[in-house]
Amino acid sequence: MDCSECGNRPATVYFTKITNGSKTEMHLCEVCAKEKGELLGTTPNGFSINSLLAGILNFESQGIPVSAPQTLRCNTCGLTFNQFSQIGRFGCSDCYQAFEPRLDPLLRRIHGGTTHTGKIPARSGGVIQKRREIDQLRHQLNDRIQKEKFEEAASLRDQIRALESELGGSPNVSE
Amino acid sequence: MSVSDFLKHTTATWMKEDGPESDIVISTRIRVARNLSASPFPVLATENMAQEVLSKVTNAVMSDEFAALGKFEVLKIGEIGNIDREALVEKHLISRNLVEDSRVGAVAMRSDEVVSIMINEEDHLRIQVLYPGFQLEDGWNLATAVDDALEQRLEYAFDEKRGYLTACPTNVGTGIRASVMMHLPGLVHTNQIGRILSAISQVGLVVRGIYGEGSDAIGNLFQISNQLTLGQSEADIIENLAVVAGQIIAHERTARKQLVMENRDSIEDRVCRSFGILANARKIDSKETMQRLSDVRLGIDLGMIQGVSANILKELMVITRPGFLQKYAGVELAPQERDWRRASLIRERLQIDR
Ligand SMILES: [Zn+2]
Ligand SMILES: [Zn+2]
Repeated sequence: MDCSECGNRPATVYFTKITNGSKTEMHLCEVCAKEKGELLGTTPNGFSINSLLAGILNFESQGIPVSAPQTLRCNTCGLTFNQFSQIGRFGCSDCYQAFEPRLDPLLRRIHGGTTHTGKIPARSGGVIQKRREIDQLRHQLNDRIQKEKFEEAASLRDQIRALESELGGSPNVSE
Repeated sequence: MSVSDFLKHTTATWMKEDGPESDIVISTRIRVARNLSASPFPVLATENMAQEVLSKVTNAVMSDEFAALGKFEVLKIGEIGNIDREALVEKHLISRNLVEDSRVGAVAMRSDEVVSIMINEEDHLRIQVLYPGFQLEDGWNLATAVDDALEQRLEYAFDEKRGYLTACPTNVGTGIRASVMMHLPGLVHTNQIGRILSAISQVGLVVRGIYGEGSDAIGNLFQISNQLTLGQSEADIIENLAVVAGQIIAHERTARKQLVMENRDSIEDRVCRSFGILANARKIDSKETMQRLSDVRLGIDLGMIQGVSANILKELMVITRPGFLQKYAGVELAPQERDWRRASLIRERLQIDR
């Protein structure tokens, strides 16, 4: 779809504005969206937290640009990946799942690593704790097999089976 | 009220007591970010959602499991007067962000002010432990115990792969920010601080001035913290910071010895001159106060100034800030008035030791 304002460039930003109860939709290119955004007191590239808040909680009435559907969006809080990259903050914990396809490079740039290796919640993290133990035991098991220490390997395998059956046997282990 | 009574009533543990390596490490702080699942982060929360988070956390803090950790009180930011709020920020018990940007912000404070749990800051929870001196491991042990006690009653936003989920991607994973506040006049006066600071930033740590930035930090006070929160365990993060801070302590001690050996007379002149100004000035601004306090504290540590408590640096760096000055005065003060009040408060504090 082409921009409804200039007709030259592809539309990437959708505006919805309600004036006196009637709804106008505008499909704009980046350039025109920026102009319109300034008129409406919001700019796609750098709106304030307040206008974002307003926008998230009440999209329709605020004239906030809604990004084109191809961008990732969190269904729980409504934040899009573009908005996330502008404000640098997630809106809710489900955003992590919603933006998952694009998080690895970002986290690697910030932290070097992408995977948590630290504390697990003491009460609710029982299952995860067991899975981590199983992982560690598997590493040891491979090591013993390579070194042909089969007796030790057998005992490790028993431990792994025991942990696995605890996990499989009771679906409510986390409680 | 006299200054000594005032100090007795208002100071936090980190300001009153000494800890390991107290001649160089002023305080150790551990902050841990946590969020509740099934509730948007504070930036997107409505008033009602934020209220709900506050009441869930309040219930957890007031629960039986929590009682073993000490006596806590939940203070709503909106119900604290301006000056008292400012004083909490100046004591480093809450962040400025909590005062200025939070909706339904609150803090659960332990009576000794070692533990403070900020509620509805950037994350639902920021657990803080603030100890005097160099106590990273003890700090983490207490913070993780508080965390476990909260988790007894609260459902945390936790993901097996990403760890504790936070509003800002720079905190995700462990959510831990460990830091030490160090007084480094030796490294500053021997012009080694720039080299040390750039070395620190290459090992995954961040340094900033407590007042003022970079090597121009006013009062020679620096805060060193971990930068990364994802991929390393809490123990590794603490250990890395402890090792680097330990090296800085050793360098600072060497630099102080070098100063005394090579420039004893001019250092002695400098610290005694600063003491004279603090003990006699009638009007002083906060920048000069911090510079003179750093000199006097160095003089005390080097044995050049006697009969003055080493604690004056910690006490006066806090109680000469605007919020505390006004709390002590009992009225709001215009900026020019504060400089006169500050000088008189410092003179009075120095007389306690004489
Ligand atoms: Zn256009
Ligand atoms: Zn979300």
